Amino acid sequence: MATDLGDPRIIEFDVRTDEMLVNMGPQHPSTHGVLRLVLRTDGEIVSEVTPHIGYLHRCAEKIGENLTPRQYIPYTDRMDYLAGMNMNLGWALTVEKLLKLELPEKAKHLRVIIAEMGRIASHLVGMGAYGLDLGSFSPFLYAFREREKILDLFEKACGARLTYSYLTVGGATHDLPPGWLQECEDFLTQLLPIIEEYHALLTTNAIFVRRTAAIGIMSAEQAIGYGTSGPVLRGSGVDWDLRRDGEERYTELYDGYAFEVIVQKNGHYPNDHKYPAVPGVAVLGDCWHRFYVRMLEVMQSIDIVRQAIDRYSRASGTHGIPVKLNEKLPKGEVYLETEAPRGQMGFYLVSDGTSIPWRVRARSSCFSNLCVTHELCRGCLIADVPAIVGSLDIVMGEIDR
Amino acid sequence: MPGLGSLRNNTLVAEFFSQYMWSWAAYLLTGLIHCALLIQVGAVGALFFIWAERKVSGRIQDRLGPTRVGGMFGWLQSLADGIKLITKEDLMPDGADGLLFRIAPYISFCASFAALMALPFSDGWVAIPINTGVFFILAVLGLEVFGVILGGYASASKWSLFGAMREAAQVVSYEVPLGMCVVVPVLITGTMDLVQIGTFQEGWFTNWLILHDPFTFIIFWVYFTCALASVNRAPFDLAEAESELVAGFHTEYSGIRWSYFFMAEYGSMFAVSGLATILFFGGWNGPVPITGWLGLTHETGPIAGYIGNFLGLVNFVGKTSLFVIVMIWVRWTLPRLRIDQVMKMCLKFCVPIAAVMFLGATFWQRQFPGGVLLKTSYGDRYVVTEADTAAPAKSKDSAKPAAKTAGEASPGQPSADKTASVSHRVTKGS
Amino acid sequence: MSQALLDRLKKKFGDQITGAKSTNLDPWIEVAPPALADVCLYLRDEKDLRFNYLNCISGVDYLELDPKKAAKVDWQPHTEVVYHLWSLTHKHSLVLKVILPRWKGDVAGELPEVPSVAGIWPTADWHEREVFDLSGVRFIGHPALRRILCPEDWVGHPLRKDYEMPLEYHGIRGK
Repeated sequence: MATDLGDPRIIEFDVRTDEMLVNMGPQHPSTHGVLRLVLRTDGEIVSEVTPHIGYLHRCAEKIGENLTPRQYIPYTDRMDYLAGMNMNLGWALTVEKLLKLELPEKAKHLRVIIAEMGRIASHLVGMGAYGLDLGSFSPFLYAFREREKILDLFEKACGARLTYSYLTVGGATHDLPPGWLQECEDFLTQLLPIIEEYHALLTTNAIFVRRTAAIGIMSAEQAIGYGTSGPVLRGSGVDWDLRRDGEERYTELYDGYAFEVIVQKNGHYPNDHKYPAVPGVAVLGDCWHRFYVRMLEVMQSIDIVRQAIDRYSRASGTHGIPVKLNEKLPKGEVYLETEAPRGQMGFYLVSDGTSIPWRVRARSSCFSNLCVTHELCRGCLIADVPAIVGSLDIVMGEIDR
Repeated sequence: MPGLGSLRNNTLVAEFFSQYMWSWAAYLLTGLIHCALLIQVGAVGALFFIWAERKVSGRIQDRLGPTRVGGMFGWLQSLADGIKLITKEDLMPDGADGLLFRIAPYISFCASFAALMALPFSDGWVAIPINTGVFFILAVLGLEVFGVILGGYASASKWSLFGAMREAAQVVSYEVPLGMCVVVPVLITGTMDLVQIGTFQEGWFTNWLILHDPFTFIIFWVYFTCALASVNRAPFDLAEAESELVAGFHTEYSGIRWSYFFMAEYGSMFAVSGLATILFFGGWNGPVPITGWLGLTHETGPIAGYIGNFLGLVNFVGKTSLFVIVMIWVRWTLPRLRIDQVMKMCLKFCVPIAAVMFLGATFWQRQFPGGVLLKTSYGDRYVVTEADTAAPAKSKDSAKPAAKTAGEASPGQPSADKTASVSHRVTKGS
Repeated sequence: MSQALLDRLKKKFGDQITGAKSTNLDPWIEVAPPALADVCLYLRDEKDLRFNYLNCISGVDYLELDPKKAAKVDWQPHTEVVYHLWSLTHKHSLVLKVILPRWKGDVAGELPEVPSVAGIWPTADWHEREVFDLSGVRFIGHPALRRILCPEDWVGHPLRKDYEMPLEYHGIRGK
């Protein structure tokens, strides 16, 4: 609404009170770890948000210059600690790219199963934690209940529940134990109806929709320019998923799988008749869409895991090929990005011909997703800040590395 | 000389004691007894509801909640928590305003407990019978916000200040629709005395005011929403929104002072729920008039009356607890609203709906006095006395309020002498 | 990236394209530091290139401290800044490299300089801050070149090969 400043009835325009600087974090319930946001507020209205990161910096890149690639696998676990499997996978593929390793069929399908289960687990936490950001406590515990079952499965496969180090250079450390596939199938079967509950509790909840729709709108240009990726990028309507569009070495894992990129095209999501309708107030690129993309990706991952289980059980070969702990790396440099749950996780490896990399660089998805915060939060209310930051679904371990 | 049967009013309690001691001592003793009883209600109530909150939320979230303390069901968990809180260090930020910071929890606590003084727990069982009990409770509950504002302001923390300001804006706004909602039962019963409003709904559940007419039915939900907002429960818990404001106004509080805020919160939850029970759900009058059938009334005898009142108390506390549990249920289900949405909800929905319902109830009262839905159930239980027929204002009504308040001239001026009015009432059904 | 693109860039920018390596798994093109912003803008805005997505900026330090090994290496000490680009429109990728001296004018402590691309891809803002912080490269024209992962008062750039962990930081023992 344009205001005519010449109007004689207006005696004072744009009344401002004293601005206040508020530190949201690093100890704050909804900054997902140790993110610090400095808010410049005028009452409840936030005029500027400045993120400060680095509180969880653990020198992962420097450590990489002192360890062999296989020794480095546990450090990748600790980047995105909610999706350790996917971090393992990204690093393993990067090293394999440098080593020019070809994996047996079975190992590839095993990786798909594990990576997509990791994606489900991670998105469940993302969903639950987002509910928490908006003041709804219970979905968080429901999400953790289901995630626990995935962790149980992972524990059976590799013995660890958080830092797996399971997918390693050359495949996986172990094959899946007997009976695992059936348990996984059972889990997926019982997860499907529960997703409906989550839709009822959050996706379609009137308060939830009002809190998230048309909040933190990110245009496609912004999303691309700021280098966002994953559900954040797709939530803005950009049709881009590395599982389909990535490098050959990564997409070959998903060769022959039937899946569609979860993105709104012509006002529709793939198969959206099966899911709750997009509310009228939601705008493409807002918090609600980012959340919705995650929810649909869970459904899609369930589907992919089922296909992968089927193909894994028929596949030939072993779960991996042996790679020495101090395998000599050929001279050269490689960069590879994979589609981790939170976006594109990239590793850049420079080798000087020894078994220890010259330089390791981790391109964090959340790092790029977070750098758009100041744009999204401009002029919002204090209560919107957790809503927006939560919709980016960040993990500080990955941002600070 | 009043006997045991008249133990329905604190004045009479004092008179009863004054047979055995000096009258000033009798009044003091009466006061002390009331205080002790009320603090028990408050303290035990808070302990119970905190336990219930943990247990209910646990079950909602697929957990067990506390299971060990006190043997089964962890029923002593709140006591254990309380002991822990007492032993904790009483911290105060350096920059805080010492006096205000320290007294703020007491203000909240006192306000929420003072409201219980005017809340009748059963027929005549009220610490201080006030003939404007409805507004006394609302007014005193409204004072709770001062403690919150002071606490937030004096904490020298920006988050606390945000919480306090939100609370101030929210509670002040919601007092308006809350007041309007409360007026409707007052309008129908013609009295602001909570005991009389409760007595008005005696008998079957069909006499409850929520079923009186469509307007009261709707306004109850408005009342419940506004009550949630005015006691700061989710989805309106903006003042302590933990995901936005860390802990809001009580960010800097610890130990026992912190727990006073919580006791105040649970106390006011109980108070608004109790008010809802009396105004809309018959107070101590059950869905089925068991006490009437069994003859457990004061007309039968003092002991029977006492037992009847006790059953009424159980009934009242049960219904009130149910409302509190609904509040708990809501809290663990819904996300939190944003401050502008909270204000919008008040100004754009609650106030207009309450206003329209108020007008509607007025109209209904004029056109179909006594309620058209279940009109037949009235009148049955009352004997029309000469005094009623003499009151022209109620000629259309089936002599319902008149029957029990023969002593008063008009509904707007309830009788001060309640025993007189009650004695006119004769129960036929039993 | 194809030879065609390299030829095209060479034609457009002449000797500002200082080299390329096509035998690597991810072939790269080397750009002279002063021309970086122009080249990037060109890559982003040309219709058939459209490198609209900047994945990553990495700083790599080349310095061998061990004199025995240093005698064997085939490079002089230098610092590289590596840009990984994608085009979401055309689905192709490119690696750009800028070769810098380890210190500006070989004066120890003077950080090498390279033009900022934060105006071309907003995401470069944080990535350049990180390279500045960890690898010690100064980006000219960056809106606010502050440290991002290390504290503001940190001394040194940890990913440089000659970096030494401080012995003490605000009373915290470093080694």
